[in-house]
Amino acid sequence: MAIVQAKSTKYRVWLSHIGLCGFVALIIFPLLMVVSISFRTGNFSTGDLFPSQFTLEHWSLALGIPFSHADGSITQPPFPVLTWLWNSIKVAAISAGLILLLSTTAAYAFARLRFKGKGFLLKSMLIFQMFPPVLSLVAIYALFDQIGQHVSWLGINTHGALITASLGGLALHIWTIKGYFESIDASLEEAAIVDGASTWQAFRYILLPLSVPILVVVFILAFITSITEYPMASVLLLDVEQLTLAVGAQQYLYEQNYLWGDFAAAAVLSGLPITLVFLYCQRWLVSGLTAGGVKG
Amino acid sequence: MLTILTLAPIQKIKYNQWLKQGLFGCVGGLGLYLITILYAQQQMGLALLFLVVFSGGLYVFISQRAYSLRYAFPAVAGITCFIIFPLLYTVGISLTNYSGNNLLTLDKVQDYFIQQRYIDESQRYSFKVFKQGSQLQIALTDLFSQQQWLSNNIELDGQPKTVSIHTAQSLPAQSSLAIKDIIKLKKSLKQLTLELPNGALLSMTGLRQFAASKSLYQLAENDLLINNQTGEQLSPNWHTGFYENNQGEAYPPGFTVSIGLDNYTSVLFDDSVREPFIQIFVWTFVFSLLSVLFTFIVGLFLASLLQWDQVKGKGFYRVMLILPYAVPAFISILVFKGLFNQNAGEINLILFQLLGIKLDWFTSPFLAKSMILLVNTWLGYPYMMLLCMGLLQSIPKDLYEASAMDGAGPLDNLFKITLPMIIKPLTPLLIACFAFNFNNFVLISLLTNGGPDIIGATTPAGTTDLLVSYTYRIAFQDSGQNFGLAAAIATLIFLLVGALALAKLKLSKLEG
Repeated sequence: MAIVQAKSTKYRVWLSHIGLCGFVALIIFPLLMVVSISFRTGNFSTGDLFPSQFTLEHWSLALGIPFSHADGSITQPPFPVLTWLWNSIKVAAISAGLILLLSTTAAYAFARLRFKGKGFLLKSMLIFQMFPPVLSLVAIYALFDQIGQHVSWLGINTHGALITASLGGLALHIWTIKGYFESIDASLEEAAIVDGASTWQAFRYILLPLSVPILVVVFILAFITSITEYPMASVLLLDVEQLTLAVGAQQYLYEQNYLWGDFAAAAVLSGLPITLVFLYCQRWLVSGLTAGGVKG
Repeated sequence: MLTILTLAPIQKIKYNQWLKQGLFGCVGGLGLYLITILYAQQQMGLALLFLVVFSGGLYVFISQRAYSLRYAFPAVAGITCFIIFPLLYTVGISLTNYSGNNLLTLDKVQDYFIQQRYIDESQRYSFKVFKQGSQLQIALTDLFSQQQWLSNNIELDGQPKTVSIHTAQSLPAQSSLAIKDIIKLKKSLKQLTLELPNGALLSMTGLRQFAASKSLYQLAENDLLINNQTGEQLSPNWHTGFYENNQGEAYPPGFTVSIGLDNYTSVLFDDSVREPFIQIFVWTFVFSLLSVLFTFIVGLFLASLLQWDQVKGKGFYRVMLILPYAVPAFISILVFKGLFNQNAGEINLILFQLLGIKLDWFTSPFLAKSMILLVNTWLGYPYMMLLCMGLLQSIPKDLYEASAMDGAGPLDNLFKITLPMIIKPLTPLLIACFAFNFNNFVLISLLTNGGPDIIGATTPAGTTDLLVSYTYRIAFQDSGQNFGLAAAIATLIFLLVGALALAKLKLSKLEG
């Protein structure tokens, strides 16, 4: 608490509260809008901002249940939203698991083991992580096109290709985990190795149990990155049934086929779980993000 | 505990050894198989990549000396395969004319030409089909000499097959199939090739006739193709990647050839490509700069408010202000796309009710750009706010007390204390943020997809396109599929991003 305070402090505090509340209202306006639109009749703005005619049509369609109107006509769901959500979760969980596995072992090597070219590898990883994969999409497409001719589950239009391609984004996670490993005292592992444990055992039974928090953070980060990944999925996946949410969602808003209400329900349905996971984990995530960021 | 772990039964270790060697064998075999196939298909780049990755992997996991590398190898291999290799491959593509028109290798194009067949109208035969149960017999009659041939009983299964036929004195006594039944069988009959005793091959050319079909082209020396029907010669043009006749007419499909730096020169000197490129380049810079500036100003302002001890309820504000960061971007960008929609969007609805105006957010270049910056500030300020909150905590509080004693106002505090204290650790992060926005493909692709279009451009170019979305559109959208040109622009961006990455590394080293 500052010792010297201006007399106007009280007014300034009130002003800050009003300013912050106003800003928050402005920020969450679009999000509230979408929730309200998802309950509004029809697919166009009708003149009233909050639904005067309440309907569950969009929600029923988003959940994949055909909706029967009062006049007896039935609307079929336009897109398989739940399949897309399941695809997204499947791809994100597997790729986050693989990324966690590979970046943990790599971070162990970089933090604890000695080998030639370590500094060079670390530095070049930092540089390469800044190149966005969207620039080399042509090459990535050609790569999986070729592999797919011999290994069918790694070809174009498979989730295997998307998962494998996501393994390029390891560098940031390696740095994050490496930073955490270095903050743990190495003497425990050294003692174990003196007692006859192998390097692998020292890693598996001593270092890993101590690092669970950062592993959780990296898993969630990789999971969210993979769920929101758009450019690679848009090139590698073709069939409607195979799409992930990030690629599929935009199909609602084509000029010729504009399904604003249906989109709103699908967006809330699929966006809410991801948002809640993020908010729940944000405390750990933010420290991980800024740690990786400051070092990077 | 640890000693127990190390005393694994000897039997088990032996078993593990066998398992390990079997696994290495499998991996090596698979690798060799892939490399050989790719090499045979002239995919040199890919073959080399797999050679490096597989042999590196086997060495690292078998050699005791490379033990430390085992932990790092899978990750490094992943980065090599999916970041470094695509990067080099892109540079390689930028030196070729690889595109929708020149997609195939020379071998594949030659195969295509050789497989073309033409019908030799001088050898025509009418045919009849006789059915016995599920089996068929085909009879041919030479239209000129009235000579007849007959096949053995055959089964039609829709697969291509060659059937030899022999001279016949008389045809079977039963009546042949009517034309409507032949129409039903047409698909399977088309797959048949009949072989005359003299070796000529015939295929079905009409509902009543078979005719001799011959290869249209044959391959001669120096990759020349000779037309068997007309005698015309097609020669490969190594610059355009097409087969051409003597008059210089191109015969598609084209093949991929190396064209040196042509893609780069057309970006730099061809007016119809260069003008949109420069326009997009400038906008990309302006966009990234303004995005960083706006998100930083909003983020720093909010962070300072939330740092202030007098303000209560920080937890609530923090969660609310972080929301744009928590909602997946592909959803919130699409939400804005709908809200800003010119006819059916809620924002124009409110503007119309309040001010009586409707703004054309997607067709006016200026408004489209403003909308993009607005949306990107909404998306990006929480990250800046979180960074600034962390950095502000590291500034000693007594600095502000001292300045208050001297009667300094909030602006003095901002410019004389806060900014100078945080700017150094912040600079590399701002550079990273700049690089991120420079390549902010998802925002542009989902919000405007580059539109409104630049008039008079030969490539698909829009006024709100960033360089990345521009390359993506050249490569994957519209008619062109000009992978070579897209790769050339991508290579130019690589150079820029590389320079930014180096600058960031230098600056963070100075700071640490």
